[in-house]
Amino acid sequence: MKKVVANASEAVRDIKDGMTLMLGGFGLCGIPENSITALVNLGVKNLTCISNNAGVDDFGIGLMLKGRQVKKMISSYVGENAEFERQLLSGELEVELLPQGTLAERCRAEGAGIPAFFTPAGYGTEVAEGKETREFDGKQYIMEKAFNSDYAIVKAWKGDTDGNLIFKATARNFNPMMAMAGKITIAEVEELVPAGELDPNFIHTPGIFVNKIFQGVDYEKRIEQRTIR
Amino acid sequence: MLTKQQIAQRIARELKDGYYVNLGIGIPTLVANYVPEGINVTLQSENGLLGMGPFPTEEEIDADLINAGKQTVTTLPGSSFFDSATSFAMIRSGRVDLTVLGAMEVNDNGDIANWKIPGKMVKGMGGAMDLVASAKNIIVAMQHTNRDGESKLLKKLTLPVTGLGCVKKVVTDLCVMEVTESGFELKELAPGVTIEQVKIATEGRLIIEGEIPEIQF
Repeated sequence: MKKVVANASEAVRDIKDGMTLMLGGFGLCGIPENSITALVNLGVKNLTCISNNAGVDDFGIGLMLKGRQVKKMISSYVGENAEFERQLLSGELEVELLPQGTLAERCRAEGAGIPAFFTPAGYGTEVAEGKETREFDGKQYIMEKAFNSDYAIVKAWKGDTDGNLIFKATARNFNPMMAMAGKITIAEVEELVPAGELDPNFIHTPGIFVNKIFQGVDYEKRIEQRTIR
Repeated sequence: MLTKQQIAQRIARELKDGYYVNLGIGIPTLVANYVPEGINVTLQSENGLLGMGPFPTEEEIDADLINAGKQTVTTLPGSSFFDSATSFAMIRSGRVDLTVLGAMEVNDNGDIANWKIPGKMVKGMGGAMDLVASAKNIIVAMQHTNRDGESKLLKKLTLPVTGLGCVKKVVTDLCVMEVTESGFELKELAPGVTIEQVKIATEGRLIIEGEIPEIQF
């Protein structure tokens, strides 16, 4: 099956209103920039977005928030986005905040065929409300379920025409687990090479998890906290 | 009274050779500047880096290499990168030896609140709930009182809890305290601070036994 598509708009064109999307990245690091722009242009609405953060006002998922495309955000930390906070406090946007490790594991569980798991994170807090708790060896845990997402959209450093992916540095973050999840996974890469060029020893995400792949263009890679020695 | 730097410097004395350490945002980040001579620790950044190095030079800046505070950083010899699920596997399985966090409130059972002010601040917990639920050793670095002069060391939390019974030690601008079954046990005083000042600034149960030494720098 041919996985390579020409560009971001071709990759996202079947995404519909009301779908649940996973978007890779930590802060603005390793986010699928091209696909986000294509989603803004596509104009799909009422989306549920699963992503560790919600971008900043004028970049990343912030661009989708500005266009009121997002009905619900599922994240662990959303502190850098004023528009997000405004929509949340006014009730326009629904938000589910989860511990970061729980968010990661719920992605992994979906991709691994595990319906639920127990974690100690959030026990005794608001996060545990309405969730089953259980004691194992004297410690309390809460049950968290796998996500159920329509699309996972990830960004990798290198990829090949079979969908194998390699990530760079901390731009890896949530991308590999999300790539395993989604019913359909879209990967945008900085460099797309023919199958056989990447060393199989260094593949992070095997191509079986990736349905569509394209080489992105004009990566801005904005830095949130430019800190020098 | 201790400055933020001195709070970090005092906490750095808790580091032991070979420790894997996760430092939160704010004062905890400064702990990295005071690692004692002869001690090697490995810093874990929960976005997927073990062996975090100092901030880069202008030439070294790499947008793909950041810490959990989204600051540009560098690697060190022996560093590794990994995904977020692997990162929290390290944390939940107790392999991180020491976690240093900021807090809005701590109570005398060692419960901590640091993620939400209802109706005012909605930022989220990030990795804090995973860290406090599993870390073996948690030290809180914070000011003893809030901007209105109210104690942040309480009998009962007023803000939504992040984790229960997890804080082992608190280092503030006034003192060092250990969280014990009977409450906050005063261990050391900041230079120039009296026991009376600590009593006034601490709303939770406070235990004072014997001579309390002054922190030396």
